[in-house]
Amino acid sequence: MMNEALTELGGLIEAKQPDAVRRFEVANDELTVWVTPRSIPAFVEFLHNDSGCGFTQMIDLTCVDYPDRPKRFEVVYHFLSMVHNQRICVKTDLKDGDSVPSITDLHPSANWFEREAFDMYGVKFENHPDLRRLLTDYGFVGHPLRKDFPTSGYVEMHYDEAEKRCVYRPVTLVQEYRQFDFMSPWEGAEYILPGDEKQQEGN
Amino acid sequence: MDGSTPDALNGKKSVRNFNINFGPQHPSAHGVLRMVLELDGEIVERADPHVGLLHRGTEKLMESRTYLQNLPYLDRLDYVAPMNQEHAYCLAIEKLTKVEIPRRASLIRVLYSEIGRILNHLLNVGSQGMDVGAMTPNVWAFEARESLMIFYERACGARLHANYFRPGGVHQDLPQDLIDDIGTFMKTFPDTLDDMASLLTENRIFRQRNVDIGVVTKEMAQQYGMTGVMLRSSGIAWDLRRAQPYECYDEFEFQVPVGKNGDCFDRYLMRMAEMRESVKIILQAIEKLNECKGEDVLARGKLTPPKRGDMKTSMEALIHHFKLYTEGFHVPAGEVYASIEAPKGEFGVYLVSDGTNKPYKVKMRAPGYAHLAAMDHMGTGHQLADIAALIGSMDVVFGEIDR
Repeated sequence: MMNEALTELGGLIEAKQPDAVRRFEVANDELTVWVTPRSIPAFVEFLHNDSGCGFTQMIDLTCVDYPDRPKRFEVVYHFLSMVHNQRICVKTDLKDGDSVPSITDLHPSANWFEREAFDMYGVKFENHPDLRRLLTDYGFVGHPLRKDFPTSGYVEMHYDEAEKRCVYRPVTLVQEYRQFDFMSPWEGAEYILPGDEKQQEGN
Repeated sequence: MDGSTPDALNGKKSVRNFNINFGPQHPSAHGVLRMVLELDGEIVERADPHVGLLHRGTEKLMESRTYLQNLPYLDRLDYVAPMNQEHAYCLAIEKLTKVEIPRRASLIRVLYSEIGRILNHLLNVGSQGMDVGAMTPNVWAFEARESLMIFYERACGARLHANYFRPGGVHQDLPQDLIDDIGTFMKTFPDTLDDMASLLTENRIFRQRNVDIGVVTKEMAQQYGMTGVMLRSSGIAWDLRRAQPYECYDEFEFQVPVGKNGDCFDRYLMRMAEMRESVKIILQAIEKLNECKGEDVLARGKLTPPKRGDMKTSMEALIHHFKLYTEGFHVPAGEVYASIEAPKGEFGVYLVSDGTNKPYKVKMRAPGYAHLAAMDHMGTGHQLADIAALIGSMDVVFGEIDR
């Protein structure tokens, strides 16, 4: 029943915005719409103004990093319509270094969310009034939530007794960062036991 | 040019705007907020909050830990009402794995979510009073908070970082005498609220500092993504417990207080009213809990550990227990957004799973984040002293804003 309403809404949006919408999907009681990056501001405005949608509140904006894909970043918007009591998830994808138009004009709440996405992933938002780093330290280098950024980071801060101030130095780990292998030996993990290499070659 | 020497040409004193640092160690910054304020005299021209001083990289850390190991991180977000955050995360996992939790667990979750709401509002109302100069209500609020913290401790062993809501239910059942004690406390708790209200509501200083300060209009609340009390103070009746009922909130009777003027004073009144509604919900939950004594509180399956007794006799149960606490459970691939009405507003968890035992991506949507982002808009034009009252009524906690 819930899904039918969402499918109907998705079809309606696709019919009214054929240029912007690539496809839509209803999964886990949620409507997700994929759109092209260029059409984001117009599409969001349509969601805001159309009487059948009424998505007047931007709830969340974030990115997801898929390093294997040609278009690495997925920008994910969540909107809420209080009039129709519906939520929608809007997605677009872009390559590393590409930018996506900002929606701060229509949704001022996007300001900090876009700054955070820029800080954490390095995705640039065009026409953003103030695209500075938000959560990381002043002068931080890199984008921490990218999958190729190590969890331990590159630098650590300590108080230097000689200089009498806090300084950065390359991170030193007392023990290796632990990555456990949870593959079950019954489910096809290939363990080569020491001394068994030759047997593999012999076959 | 500090304005002390008169201008040689016209003899007038030249004045320039003044930048000050509000925080990060200012007591009414409610934690580690550094705010750069541009002042014209005593009027705020621009407010630029610098957040991130408490940034711990929770979202990054969660990507390299199993779902169960991640649960305690949620407590450390909004540490004023820890269990409400766990709730959103558990709901997200349960939505993806399509697990139904037992009724008793659902009731316990409602009970403790509402205790969390009272914990949060008590701290907020108390400190909002403190920000504008009232000491006593804060002390009384902390006394009541202490009792509630003990209820937390008796349920899960920890006063703050509970780790009590688990995917598939709650960690352990509540002892009957704890439920009875919560019931006894809730009978007398409204008197504490009356005492606090008698010091604040009609207090001249409290009113002068809060009425018509930081007015939120309906349009503004929507534009700036406000939720919870901030949104409702503008007159929009929107509560996720009502609009999109999760858990078993649809069977409880309670009112949703809505504001009229959207100012700081309205928000104080609403928080007081919400606490009284929470008391009602808790009393109903206790009644319902007494009807289902002794039922299981975990949906026994892949997400949850087997019963202790089974582990003594069943090899499979023992293996399952071992695998659950080392490897953890696997969540089917997919994405989900689960939100709850946290005391501060809508707290949401956006979870992307790739089918392994660790989340691929977790994004926590903190209500205070959107509220603080509106600080520049709301604070501009107010006096410097009003900023303290405004931060107080926004109810910001940096655990969840900085993550």
